[in-house]
Amino acid sequence: MSEFLTPRRLALISRICWTSALCVVAIPFLFPFLWMITSGVKSAAEIFGAPSLIPRHWQWHNYVEVFTYQPFARQYFNSLYISLSVTVLTLLFASLAGYALARMRFAGAAMVGLFLVSALMVPEEVTIIPNFFLMKWLGLIDTHVPLILLPVFGPHGIVATFLMRQYFMALPKELEEAGRMDGLSRLGVWWQVAIPLSKPALAAVAIITFLHSWNLFLEPLIFVSSLEKFTLPLALTNFTDPYGVPLWHLQLAATSLAVVPILIVYLIAQRQIIESFALSGVKG
Amino acid sequence: MPRPATVPMANDDPPWLSLKMREAMEAWLFLGPTLAGFLIFFAGPLVAVVGYSMTEWNLLSQQSTFVGLKNYSHALTENPDFWLVVRNSAIFALGLVPANMALALALAIALSRPFRGVVVFRTVFFAPVVTSAAAWAIVWKFLLQGEAGFVNQMLAYVGIAGPNWLREPNWAMVAVIATRVIKMVGLNMILYIAALQAIPRDYEAAARLEGASSWQIFTGITWPLLGPTTLVIMVITTIGSFKVFDHIYLMTGGGPENGTLVLAFAIYEQGFKFFNVGYASALAMIMFVIVMGLTLVQLAVRRRDT
Repeated sequence: MSEFLTPRRLALISRICWTSALCVVAIPFLFPFLWMITSGVKSAAEIFGAPSLIPRHWQWHNYVEVFTYQPFARQYFNSLYISLSVTVLTLLFASLAGYALARMRFAGAAMVGLFLVSALMVPEEVTIIPNFFLMKWLGLIDTHVPLILLPVFGPHGIVATFLMRQYFMALPKELEEAGRMDGLSRLGVWWQVAIPLSKPALAAVAIITFLHSWNLFLEPLIFVSSLEKFTLPLALTNFTDPYGVPLWHLQLAATSLAVVPILIVYLIAQRQIIESFALSGVKG
Repeated sequence: MPRPATVPMANDDPPWLSLKMREAMEAWLFLGPTLAGFLIFFAGPLVAVVGYSMTEWNLLSQQSTFVGLKNYSHALTENPDFWLVVRNSAIFALGLVPANMALALALAIALSRPFRGVVVFRTVFFAPVVTSAAAWAIVWKFLLQGEAGFVNQMLAYVGIAGPNWLREPNWAMVAVIATRVIKMVGLNMILYIAALQAIPRDYEAAARLEGASSWQIFTGITWPLLGPTTLVIMVITTIGSFKVFDHIYLMTGGGPENGTLVLAFAIYEQGFKFFNVGYASALAMIMFVIVMGLTLVQLAVRRRDT
């Protein structure tokens, strides 16, 4: 017995046990994705038959029907351009404000910082009702403007501002001072010296901002009502028959189309993406 | 860059603008867009919601009257739904936060040291975090259907008759909490992994030399050193649990029999479905107070510890 269970073999056995346990825990994390993808190419009848991971009959037609059932291509494009707009504007405003908070001295700086921090304590849900009336007053209901402006200036934008401030503060001051000596204006130093040095922070902010906007649900639900203005998360919920019963084969095909591209990018850049979230979680 | 105040700096600025004033002006310009957005879309609405919460305002009749604290007193004393919402939100938080944190810590301990395949596991456990809550809720709603649902078909294989998860109030709460934990646990796992990796390995090595067991090392060294991280994670997760909306909206719609009617969903339902703007705003203020209280507790404990 003791000859068989050498320390090396014991270590191997415990490794196998640990890995198997982790595999079991991983099932509910991984399985929904697999099931979503394979069910998206099943017929409506097969979906409710005996479960099979591999479709017996591959109904690729689902993917055509997704685009004819509602303006899904248009909705996809909406999500894409809204998320990109939110990301670009957040990067611009957060890095400008973050730079001022990190590097410039002015009366009231501490006050401004404190004000902005207070926004981190207030969930979007608290201010959504007044914001609805504000947008209504401005005639912006059923447009994409609220979906772009609210995330940029909401708590998420403030988190981005503080992430940028943190990063700027850690940069060596000498390079920026040299830029000033060479006759660059403040804006010139920000744009030509500080921004090029801050690519890691900008990338992190871009990643979390894009995903935040891409996955937003409450705001589109409240501000947008016409089909061709829906964003993806809202469109996904709309694959139902007239009685509101989900057309699962279409819904799951559409969900796959919405999720798989994000997953592919995630698999390629998983390290960078996970680090970005860790950064925002700790600092925000 | 400290500079002696008495030595005048040479500069090319117009004489009417001191260097200090110029810097301040530039700072306000840099901050301009963010501050304007803050005032318009945050500070203003926050003041407005306080005002709304003291009016009785029905969107359909377009009438609004000042009623003072009536919306609050009505919620606290007369409206049975209010206490149901409080109860549901508390159950949701009390179920979600410990489960999420325990699983996150267990996964982090298993995945904080390099072994072959560690990156694969981390990637898998984090994948739901980058997935939209809408997609996640849709797929789980599909898997958790009554008899035809995959989960129940699998349970039937091992001889268990699974409940109709999303149609029975208590099971619906369990299902919503469980799927939310799976969706979000990756984030806390990553925060715990970072904290675990920051603990010097010498501590453990020294304790081992002294003959400490793994459990003793965990309770005596690791867990106390994780304290600040645990506090941050606990507050973030609790706040997050009070904000859950999309998950509930898509999986149960607050039902069945209001069994999953939580605070964020009640705000939406009262405000945008029943058009009770005053009452919805009072609920929003209650959420504000809860979240602010939790944040202040976190700040206070952090300050005490440092």
